[in-house]
Amino acid sequence: MSRLFGFEGVGELLGLPFVQNAFLAAALLGLVAGALAPLVVARGMGFAVHGTAELAFTGGAAALLVGISVSVGAVVGAVVAGLVFGVLGLRQRERDSVIGVVLAFGLGLGVLLLALYEGRASNKFGLLTGSIVSVDSSNIAVLVIVTIVVLAILAVVYRPLLFASADPDVAVARGVPTRLLSPLFAVLVALTTALAVPIVGAILVLSVTIIPGAAAARVTSNPLAATLLAIGIAELALLGGTFLSLAPGLPISGYVATIAFLAYLVCRLVGRVRGRVRTA
Amino acid sequence: MTPTPPAGSAERSSAASSASSTTTAAVALRGARVAFGKRVLWEGLDLDVRPGEFLAVLGPNGSGKTTLLRVLLGLQQLDAGEVRIAGGPARRGAGGIGYIPQQKALAEDMPLRGADLVGLGLDGHRFGPGLRGRAERRRKVAAALEAVGATSYARSPVGRLSGGEQQRLRVAQALVGDPRVLLCDEPLLSLDLAHQRTVSRLIDERRRAADTAVVFVTHEINPVLPLVDRVLYLVGGRFRVGTPDEVMTSATLSALYRTDVEVVRVQGRLVVVGAEDQHVHHDALESVT
Repeated sequence: MSRLFGFEGVGELLGLPFVQNAFLAAALLGLVAGALAPLVVARGMGFAVHGTAELAFTGGAAALLVGISVSVGAVVGAVVAGLVFGVLGLRQRERDSVIGVVLAFGLGLGVLLLALYEGRASNKFGLLTGSIVSVDSSNIAVLVIVTIVVLAILAVVYRPLLFASADPDVAVARGVPTRLLSPLFAVLVALTTALAVPIVGAILVLSVTIIPGAAAARVTSNPLAATLLAIGIAELALLGGTFLSLAPGLPISGYVATIAFLAYLVCRLVGRVRGRVRTA
Repeated sequence: MTPTPPAGSAERSSAASSASSTTTAAVALRGARVAFGKRVLWEGLDLDVRPGEFLAVLGPNGSGKTTLLRVLLGLQQLDAGEVRIAGGPARRGAGGIGYIPQQKALAEDMPLRGADLVGLGLDGHRFGPGLRGRAERRRKVAAALEAVGATSYARSPVGRLSGGEQQRLRVAQALVGDPRVLLCDEPLLSLDLAHQRTVSRLIDERRRAADTAVVFVTHEINPVLPLVDRVLYLVGGRFRVGTPDEVMTSATLSALYRTDVEVVRVQGRLVVVGAEDQHVHHDALESVT
């Protein structure tokens, strides 16, 4: 237990630039992941996000091998995956099998690429489980740009996207270009996923892109409130996870996933109690 | 039913003579034809729907009822002919049109309240953050909810509402934009009788109050029979337009189906005997190609 939780020297650590970078990265990721999460849930894209994360991992592994920035590799891998899922798999049934096929191939390829890489082992491990040490200032620059781009696009397309997600038949009838919005949203999710991979790791991207949205949906059906709550939960998990991981020096992903999961349980409980009140 | 004009013939006189009515009709089709490959769904379709008129579109599956709606919504191009709706050519996202789909359960965890669903009918197709005119938007949504008697569940999650309640919201969603034409695609399907009556009454009130033309696709005319002004009956590329009394007869339907069909009136209901399939197999707008 004492290995998992400790606050020795946290004060000094907080003064270090790389730790501050880590908090900044976590905050940016929480903002963009939380904003997207309710739509990911509404569109039933959990598996797509997972598939995208595995392809971001493949891209990151390829980048390690050829010696370019892992963030760039992850972004390329995730966007390619997002486009493939968005374009090929418009129908729910078809989508799942397309994702499964691409995910399996990407993961296999990524493992092979990592095995060929002869650099530091922590770099390899970091891709799968995340590592705050991996966040340097060039990553921060990428994070800031991607966050701004994703949030700006989301602000413009949010309403038609919500319409197309919640009510596809009527949205099509009213002229919403659902065939364009679907790949566009997949790319937004891909960019966010790519940001999340170096921080929380490919395996646990779902903890910041699904859990906040799923948790928020349990307590509110107001789209704006759900988005704000999801952002809050994502920030709590990411910033809290980063803070708790400092002194033990362990990967943040476990802490992030645990906090997000607890938040989900609380939201379920609240939703349940409220549901009883409503039906009473 | 559809006399084919001789090749190279001049503009059909009917189209020319009714040119003036085209400008006033809420929906106007002239010589409209849709075919998928060699299969012609319908051709030579001339149709005017007046403001305030209730047109029921009937026919067996695959006769092109939903395709007609897709044409009116600008989602499907005509192979020949012309289509105008709500004062302009049919095009994707055109204004002045309300659309009510068949009832389909909304996901229980959908982050959307009744009022949000209705609001999407007003501006859900528009891009941008939509920060301006929020007070006006709220007022319109509240009025639409009030008109269908859905105010009490305006703030409830849509996924938790009953099918009938959801369908009332659909009516409000279609009417909130103050449409000149209301397109309905089997809106009563899977509703119980009481809700069928409510939804058809709401549609009827609207067209009488605001002179909204109604194009109502259905496989079952009886729930709306008292409201129907005219019927468009489509069967295998042939069609007939007229009042229910003209079209819903044994002679007319036998000619359309090219087999013996008997239309019987039982306690004010029309029963069609002998027509092929009356099962319901509905295609969503998106999946029909």
